This record gives sequence, C-alpha cells and structure tokens, in this order.
Amino acid sequence: MTKVLTDSRSIRIKGRSFLAVVLSPDLPLDEWLLRLDDLAARSAGFFLGRPVVLDVTDLAIDRTQLTELISGLGQRNVSIMGIEGARPSMLGPGMPPLLKGGRPVADFEQPSAESAAAEPVQPAKPATKEPRGQTQSIVIHEPVRSGQSVIFPEGDVTVVGSVASGAEIIAGGSVHIYGALRGRVMAGSVGNSSARIFCRKLEAELLAIDGIYQMAEDMAPSLRGQPVQLWLEGDVIMAETLS
Amino acid sequence: MGKVIVVTSGKGGVGKTTSTAALGAALAQRNEKVVVVDFDVGLRNLDLVMGAERRVVYDMVNVIQGDAKLPQALIRDKRLETLFLLPASQTRDKDHLTAEGVERIINELKKYFDWIICDSPAGIERGATLAMRHADMAVVVTNPEVSSVRDSDRIIGLLDAKTLKAERGERMEKHLLLTRYDANRAERGDMLKVDDVLEILSIPLIGIIPESMDVLKASNVGAPVTLADARSAPAMAYFDAARRLAGETLPITIPGDKRGFLGKIFGRKAA
Ligand SMILES: Nc1ncnc2c1ncn2[C@@H]1O[C@H](COP(=O)(O)OP(=O)(O)OP(=O)(O)O)[C@@H](O)[C@H]1O
Ligand SMILES: [Mg+2]
Repeated sequence: MTKVLTDSRSIRIKGRSFLAVVLSPDLPLDEWLLRLDDLAARSAGFFLGRPVVLDVTDLAIDRTQLTELISGLGQRNVSIMGIEGARPSMLGPGMPPLLKGGRPVADFEQPSAESAAAEPVQPAKPATKEPRGQTQSIVIHEPVRSGQSVIFPEGDVTVVGSVASGAEIIAGGSVHIYGALRGRVMAGSVGNSSARIFCRKLEAELLAIDGIYQMAEDMAPSLRGQPVQLWLEGDVIMAETLS
Repeated sequence: MGKVIVVTSGKGGVGKTTSTAALGAALAQRNEKVVVVDFDVGLRNLDLVMGAERRVVYDMVNVIQGDAKLPQALIRDKRLETLFLLPASQTRDKDHLTAEGVERIINELKKYFDWIICDSPAGIERGATLAMRHADMAVVVTNPEVSSVRDSDRIIGLLDAKTLKAERGERMEKHLLLTRYDANRAERGDMLKVDDVLEILSIPLIGIIPESMDVLKASNVGAPVTLADARSAPAMAYFDAARRLAGETLPITIPGDKRGFLGKIFGRKAA
C-alpha cells in the first residue's frame, strides 16, 4: 500500500548548538558516583533539564558497566543526551547516541574533587582559537527572571538589572550585573580563568569561574548584600567588596 | 476593542480568583462592560466567588466544541448589568481547551466588552500559558513571602516570552498586585517588605490588598468583595487598583502605616 502525501509542506530541519555539560567519570565508578552525589547535594538541580554528555574516552569499562553507569545517572535525574569517546563494542540499542566533533569548552570541575581524574580530558585536536572580532559581549537591559538562562559562550555578559533566584547566566567571559545577583553565574565557562564576576549586590546561589564552583553557603557572610567582584587565583575563587 | 487582562501568579492560593472578581466588579461599577473568564478547568472557583454557580448552563469548553454559542454561555451578574462571567468547565478534560478555541473566544469577547479579565490557574502549565496568551496586560498577584515572589518572577519571565504580545516583539504591560498583606505580621518582620518585593520583581505596583475577614465574608455570600462591602478595606484597595488599571495615577498607601502613627500615640494597644 502506498501512502498518499496529503500535506505538501516540507519538513523544516534546523541546526542549533547547545552548551552541554560534559561528565568524565573515572574508576572506580561507585566512588565517582558518590562524588557526583556530593556535588548534586550542594548544587541542587544543577543537572536537571540540562544537556549532559558522558565522556568515556580511555575509560576501561565494558557495555554492562556503561549501561549500569547510565542507569545510575538516570536514578540521579541526570539524563544523558549523548556519549563521547565510546568504542562501538560498548554501545547497544537503547543507549544515547555516540557524539563526535564536540568542541571542548569549560571543565565543569569541582574544587573538592582534588583532580582525582588520571588526566584531564584532552581535546582531540588543540582548541582552535575562536574567530575574534565579532560580537564578544552582550548587554541585557531587563532583569533576568527565575527560570530564565542566558548562555553566551562567546564572551562577556552585562545585565542592567537583577538576576533572580532561580535564574542563571553562563558566559564564556566575564559577567557584570548592575543589580542584585540572586541566581547562578558561571563566568569563564569556555575555559577562561581570567574571567571575573561583578555585581552590585551579592546574594548568589552559586558562582563559578572556569569551572570552579562556590555555593551560597561557602561564601563569606561579610560579602552578602555587598557590591562584590570575584576572580580566580589558582583553584580558589577570590572575592572583595567594591567600594 | 476591549482590553484583555490576565490575572496570574504561578503559585496557588494567593488570591487570583478573589482579585479577578473584585477588579471585575470594580471596573463594572464604572459602567464599563466587563467579562471575567475562568481558565481553571476542573477546579473552577470564579462562579462561586461571583455567586453564579447555580446559573452555569454552558461553559467555555462547550463554546469551543460548538455545543453552545458564546452568548448562551455568558452569565450576567444579578447586581451589575455590565458584569458577565464566562465559566470554565468543571467536568471536561483540560485538553479540550485548545489554543485556537481560546483565540476565537477572546477575539469575539473583545468586540463586545471593554475589559476581558482572565483568571489563570496556578502553575506554569498549559492552562496558565493559555490564559496569558492573548493578554494586553497582566496583573501579577503576589503575597509578601519568598516562594510567592519567586513564582511571580518566573511568571513575569513567561509573560515576556510566551504571549502573543511578546512574540510580536511588543512589551507586555505588567502590574503587581500585592495581596493578603498583613500589617501586624509586617510590623513583626514576618513578611517580606513591600520595598523588597518591588525591588525583586521590578514591575509597577497597582495596589496592596490587606489580609481581611471581609474577603472570606464576601465569598461566603457569593459576591466579589467590591460588591459585598464596598467600604471595607480590601474593597477600597481593589477600587483604587482598578482605577490604576484604567490609567489613573493615585498614590499608594501601605496598609498599617496609619496604625504605626496611631501606635505611637496610643502605645501598643492598637496592635
Ligand atoms: N485579602 C485576603 N484576605 C483574606 N483572605 C483572602 C484574601 N485574598 C484571598 N483570600 C483567601 O485565600 C484563599 C485563596 O484565594 P483565591 O481562591 O482567590 O486564590 P487563587 O490564587 O485563585 O487560588 P488558586 O491558585 O487555587 O486558583 C481563599 O480562601 C480566599 O478567600
Ligand atoms: Mg483561583
């Protein structure tokens, strides 16, 4: 039987790029999952609804272990949209697709994870320099509301207004907030350790520069409600009030 | 063409239905033609607050599905002849509320009424996004507490993204209505301060409605508070809010500020 095409509209296929969080587990997996639980506990909901890619390059596990790992992550509400660096023998039907050609950006790393990974994930080819000269900053003239996220891997983000609790800014460069910062900010998220965060009133839920995190409870109480700038020295986020 | 207002909040139980009825009756008392529309399919309340629950024959879903004509479903208020209610369906499934059906109804209502006030269900799901979809302006109902404020912030984001106005690149007019404001608790510092709420949400304030037994009394007799007892404190606050919605500029008073002044003279007795 032939199907008759009743609708002559063509299907629209669009390209779109997303900034995904890449998780690179190391062995033993159960210990790695414990560390993940610790991160999740301190940064509730961080993985919720976020595209997460699992990088298993050089990880000596077989298909059964990978299946277990994926279901272990699923139980933690981390759903994997793709797998990188897997050998064909590790993959089976029903698993997330194999992804190739990802451009490395930030290491979403944890300060307490004391560089346990045998080696940091190296890009297959040296990170090519971004073509400069185009828009390297954006300015947002509205408050960023709860539930909204501004993702700008190309450069700096300036917000003329506040960033609400439950909102987030992810910038490749520095982040400037001319208002209260009550949500989350991740600056230097494409591996830029010289990125800074500036805000007029610090009440953030989470701050990160170049993948180094700080939760609200880790921030000095004396900084709360103050105009503050934050930067990275080594693996430590530094902060001082702006007078 | 009539103006479409959505009364919305994100969080449940903050006073959307109470406010829809009170603002609707207040605007109708200015002799403008008003229809209040219940979008809370399955959990309708507006008919009760309007005292029209025994007169519901057809509802919005009936109109969408072609079982009734729009005028058949509209219920005229017994006390105010310029005030109408379009009830929600209590029995049908939410999915019968289609985007096209809602659009058709709203466009028709705009021809006959000056104000179309849409009572949104709580949450950020389909019911809430359909209720806001065609709005020209929004009344964001917020209680002075942290979770309500955050949910309102979320709703404001959606108003700026998911409405027809936003999609056309126009600005949605948003107004903050602070409800259930308890002067005693504010004095004790148990509630967010008005200034803090305004700073967080940064949209203009159209009124502060005090927490009051008069609201409960009004809904028990099946009347919007602005009809049940027009001299009560919440009714007066709603009348002022309605005037601001209609474009007038009036100073806003924070309930209890007077008490603070009297408190100084009479000691703590007043509290
Ligand atoms: N100013 C007020 N003072 C005292 N009680 C109030 C006030 N405003 C609302 N209430 C009461 O709070 C309850 C919830 O109000 P209402 O039904 O208007 O909220 P809602 O936002 O429509 O709720 P839902 O999200 O369930 O639709 C009702 O019992 C109502 O009588
Ligand atoms: Mg309601």
